[in-house]
Amino acid sequence: MTTLQRTGRWIGEHLVLALGLLVLVYMFVPIAVVMLMSFNDNSESRNVYAFRGFTWDNWVNACGPDGLCDSVVRSVQIGLLATLLATLLGTLAAFALVRHRFRGRAAMNTIIFLPMASPEIVMGSSLLALFVASGFGGHLGFWTIFIAHVMFCLSFVIVTVKARLTGLDENLEQAAMDLYASELTTFRKVTFPLVFPGVAAAALLSFSLSFDDFIITNLNAGQTVTFPMYVWGVAQRGVPMQVNVIGTVMFLIAMFLVIGNMIATRKRPA
Amino acid sequence: MRGRWTGYWLILPAALWLGVFFVIPFYSLLATSLYDPEGSVLTGYDVTYHVANFVDAIEEFWRPLLRSLWYAGVATVICLVLGYVLAYAIAFKAGRWRTLLLVLVVAPFFTSFLIRTLSWKLILADDGFIVDALQTVHLMGDDDRLLATPVAVIAGLVYNFLPFMVLPLYASLEKIDHRLIEASSDLYASPSRGFWKVTLPLSMPGVVGGTLLTFIPAAGDYINAELLGSPNQRMVGNVIQELFTSTGDYAAAGALSVILMVIIVALVMVYIRKAGTEELV
Repeated sequence: MTTLQRTGRWIGEHLVLALGLLVLVYMFVPIAVVMLMSFNDNSESRNVYAFRGFTWDNWVNACGPDGLCDSVVRSVQIGLLATLLATLLGTLAAFALVRHRFRGRAAMNTIIFLPMASPEIVMGSSLLALFVASGFGGHLGFWTIFIAHVMFCLSFVIVTVKARLTGLDENLEQAAMDLYASELTTFRKVTFPLVFPGVAAAALLSFSLSFDDFIITNLNAGQTVTFPMYVWGVAQRGVPMQVNVIGTVMFLIAMFLVIGNMIATRKRPA
Repeated sequence: MRGRWTGYWLILPAALWLGVFFVIPFYSLLATSLYDPEGSVLTGYDVTYHVANFVDAIEEFWRPLLRSLWYAGVATVICLVLGYVLAYAIAFKAGRWRTLLLVLVVAPFFTSFLIRTLSWKLILADDGFIVDALQTVHLMGDDDRLLATPVAVIAGLVYNFLPFMVLPLYASLEKIDHRLIEASSDLYASPSRGFWKVTLPLSMPGVVGGTLLTFIPAAGDYINAELLGSPNQRMVGNVIQELFTSTGDYAAAGALSVILMVIIVALVMVYIRKAGTEELV
């Protein structure tokens, strides 16, 4: 190989990495802007498109704008409830799909895949059509949002837990049973700890999906206002800088949990 | 515990939930699309098999419908290029930083979709630095804007759906046996030939999965068009949601949703046939 070729190759090898990192940087540009704007002092003007000066006010006074924190609390409530139910039902379903044979498994796999592959606007309007047709058109609100969120989180939970279960060595459970552990003890001491990282990841995923959903929620919310709906509402008039504070906090909490989960998984030999 | 029926009992709750709140609603949507268009929220609707709803919907809204498919298509192609570079770099070049980089791909997700999109509005704003820079080098005239153009909407779509492209691509690139690529170079294939003949074909499941997971939500999206575009960039999602929530024209909204779904399913089926991968689940 000539020197020229070698240099060419070196550039080639590192070029891809450099370009990849560039794409990654691009993904973080808006996040950096959100963090920066959370310190923006725009008390003087309603122009939200420029950085006017540094202030802690938005952080100190995060609940200042009318209705902002109410909407965050409502989104957290819906998110927690929907995550709880979706994770429970989804984990059970994942066990059924990986560990048990039953009729209709193939059909079930398709039905689980479909919500991930349908446009949200179609799912949202279908659900609205159902609620209206069954006489719940006037009762849209907290619980219809909850129903919708459990519905679209389920598929993601099932897929995530399934992936973890499939990679699991069934011999470990066999060994526990050979050592006279009862089925329940085996589940508690062996199966569950092994599956737990998958369940935790699924729960985190479904909370963030629920907290972030706008399109389906907006169609089925009636007068109830979730956090994304609040942002949508104020987007036309000029967004209060506190919205960026909430965005930053969400980002930091999620990063903390994800990296925590990563470290925990690494320590436990899987 | 391992009885014959255990599987059924475990799957039942999830199956019921998806059945009642995902499968049945499609029938409700279909019924809605066949409503008598004379009905209203106050007088109620009747299913009169008013198939003309579909014709009316296409006649009136073919522009936003086509525009959605066009924008989503362009965004998907750009995502594929950017996503492939990133996924390839993580899978083959990142070494022990893989997991961290993957986490970083998903991380922007955790700041709300709407906040991220509003952030782009700020970046692309008329007095923002990108517009200033482009005007300084005269790539843009003094009165040209980025906001309220197709460019802004497509840029938003690319940004928001990029992770959906990267993850499936990474998953299939990571599975590739490196010895196959080495074999191709042992047989005197140049690196680029090795890529086109070995790596790319082996990553096709990821390409198909990623493009679908990007195209489908992008075609139904209306947040980017609303926040970054103008009425001239209205996509089909904007129309459907307005018809449902402000106009209250359920029949037309239902028909348009069904049309969108049918088009997407048809495109997906043709695409999967062509790409030759049927195992996506």
